[in-house]
Amino acid sequence: MEAQTLTSQTPSGKIGVWWFLASEIPVFGGLIVSYIVLRLGGAGWSEASSHLNFNFALANTFVLLTSSLTMVLAFAEVEAERPRRVGNYLLLTILLGVLFLAVKGFEYAGEIGKGFTPGAGIFWSFYYGMTGLHALHVLAGIVVNLILYLQALSGALQRHGHRVELAGLYWHFVDVVWIFLFPLLYLT
Amino acid sequence: MNSTSPNAESVAHDAEPGFWRAYLFSTDHKRIAKQYLSVALFWAVMGGLTAYLMRWQLAYPDTEVPGWGFIAPDFYNMLVTMHGTIMVFFVAMPILLAAFGNFLIPLMIGARDMAFPRLNMLSFWVFALASLVLLTSLFVPGGAASAGWTGYPPLSAKPEYTGVTWGLNLWLLALALEFASFLMGGVNFLTTAINMRAPGMSFFRLPLLVWMELTAAVIFMLSVGPLIAGAVMLLMDRVVGTTFFLPEGGGEPLLWQHLFWFFGHPEVYVILLPGFGLILEIIPVFSRKPIFGYRPIIYSTIVAGALSFVVWAHHQFLSGMDPRLAMPFSITTIIISVPFALIVFAMIATLWRGSITFSTPMLFAMGTLSVFIFGGLTGIFNGSAPVDIYIHDTYFIVAHFHYTLFSAVFFAGFAGLTYWFPKMFGRMMNEQLGKLHFWLTFVFFNAVFIPMHVVGLGGMMRRISDPTQYEFLRPLQPLNQFITVAAILLLLSQLVFVVNFFRSLICGKVAERNPWQANTLEWRVPSPPPHENFDAIPVVYHGPYEYNSSEAAVDWLPQDRRVTTGAATR
Repeated sequence: MEAQTLTSQTPSGKIGVWWFLASEIPVFGGLIVSYIVLRLGGAGWSEASSHLNFNFALANTFVLLTSSLTMVLAFAEVEAERPRRVGNYLLLTILLGVLFLAVKGFEYAGEIGKGFTPGAGIFWSFYYGMTGLHALHVLAGIVVNLILYLQALSGALQRHGHRVELAGLYWHFVDVVWIFLFPLLYLT
Repeated sequence: MNSTSPNAESVAHDAEPGFWRAYLFSTDHKRIAKQYLSVALFWAVMGGLTAYLMRWQLAYPDTEVPGWGFIAPDFYNMLVTMHGTIMVFFVAMPILLAAFGNFLIPLMIGARDMAFPRLNMLSFWVFALASLVLLTSLFVPGGAASAGWTGYPPLSAKPEYTGVTWGLNLWLLALALEFASFLMGGVNFLTTAINMRAPGMSFFRLPLLVWMELTAAVIFMLSVGPLIAGAVMLLMDRVVGTTFFLPEGGGEPLLWQHLFWFFGHPEVYVILLPGFGLILEIIPVFSRKPIFGYRPIIYSTIVAGALSFVVWAHHQFLSGMDPRLAMPFSITTIIISVPFALIVFAMIATLWRGSITFSTPMLFAMGTLSVFIFGGLTGIFNGSAPVDIYIHDTYFIVAHFHYTLFSAVFFAGFAGLTYWFPKMFGRMMNEQLGKLHFWLTFVFFNAVFIPMHVVGLGGMMRRISDPTQYEFLRPLQPLNQFITVAAILLLLSQLVFVVNFFRSLICGKVAERNPWQANTLEWRVPSPPPHENFDAIPVVYHGPYEYNSSEAAVDWLPQDRRVTTGAATR
């Protein structure tokens, strides 16, 4: 059957991912705006925030930013047609993502140990809600990258190199969300 | 019939897929559309059943409902909640967006399928899973969700308040799955329309239905996010002990209302616009005239879509939010009636001096128009805060939104189903039964909902299970009984449609390609269209509404027919 020619120069996958990201922005947007509005109208938020582990979160920010770099490098290697390096950079991105989640889990454990459970107050509700939803997005990104990594190992990725770019778009989005969450939760 | 274009090649069809791929796990947009339609029609029956039970209880409180039994107040709360949830999320959206959007968008733009056929299949199966979860929630211990379809906390946030435990959690999960499904669907709709249009099908040659579906998809995708966040928050309040919406833990119940209605009001247009899109296709065909104001309708749609994001707090005039917000939200709410008035006037102007055929689809289109105008007018009452303070949460509101949504979902839905039935199933529906169904529906619909305005102005609250417990509502009881009788007749009238639907499916007259002599591309392929739709991708030369054009010998001009005489090569 004659394949259909696309109307635009942009591959459909890229258009789809951008629309998906556009619909993700209001999810975090709703949470962030709720947090800001309630915080402006209430007291005690800064005090609660001071119990967070700033140093770990700062380190975690660098971990996530670095993982965005390795993601970009993976795509650069796709364009340079060096499939082995694509796989290596994907693996590095996955490991950095896992490291981020591990540090986050360590933070959660410490906070819950100090009695700051999700029910400990409205700041903690938002803290766990926002970082938890973000962590789920990181996890989803890890799964996507893992699938791509396995495809890279089997050689299947060579024909579908653009998938690395699409996964990268999502991964950078998740990174950018953290760039908003970090100062809102830890620095104020 | 010049349906082949100079530069498209004609190629044989792919082999038809096997049984499982063809019927259950199909990636064909037409099959998926029918899957959505089937599930939604099942839910429509459930929604009708809840309406019957509620109406009986309101007319004859605490008597045995024929065919069911007694209705306890708790159970009544569940009925109210489920009726709203089912009708909005499991009937309106799957029919108007998913079924018609899936079936028609690829056909109308000249595509073989959606941009992402497998994602399309996944959307349906996630929706089916959502349906299953909602169905399960009806049978879990503690009963189904009963905090209203809007799920306001603190009522919804603590199981102690309603006695409902898993019912409400599953309700939230079902909604989350539903949203995920329609987000995937939205991505697919938009990408398909951006990237899969046939040569010559510019954005300003798209049928208006496609514009309406796309605008609805954008509105949905950009407004549902905060409610997804809100649903996660509410679930966390119920399950892990956070206090987002619980004042005793520093939370704010009003926050949920903002998150809910920031989506909830745009959602009204998510449903309304595809409904309008359906009748905008039908009206020109049965008036044999070009649509009046094609571009102004598109611009109005976009303006209405943008405005729909800044009207939400008109649901909350009495919620305890800052009263200074009432005036701005009243103003935006009344402004949004302007683009809709323009679209309605454009429809009426299309009828003006047309040669109108009152076929069943056209009757339902006219029904949509008249019923919607009525509902739009009461909307102006509700939108002004001073009036709304009196009628808020009364049956006046119930009557209002049934006038708007029943028109979009059922009148426009029946218009669409009767109009595209030949294309979907390859057979014609029976006109006599169709007309009978229309008139019964139209008469009984008004008999139900006009008196409801009166009951509402009399002060009857929208979610009480027994109006006779209030002295001041007792004089309204005869009216309530009248409404109930009319509602039962309205429900029974739908049997005419059921009979017509199945009878036509089995032994209706076999439909030709283009029984209505319409211009849009779906009528250029066989009924029902084959796998991958087109032999060769068509080339589009005209807008969709060139009826009685001086360029063509007959009174219609298909979008892909090149006119070779005179000024044809424009």
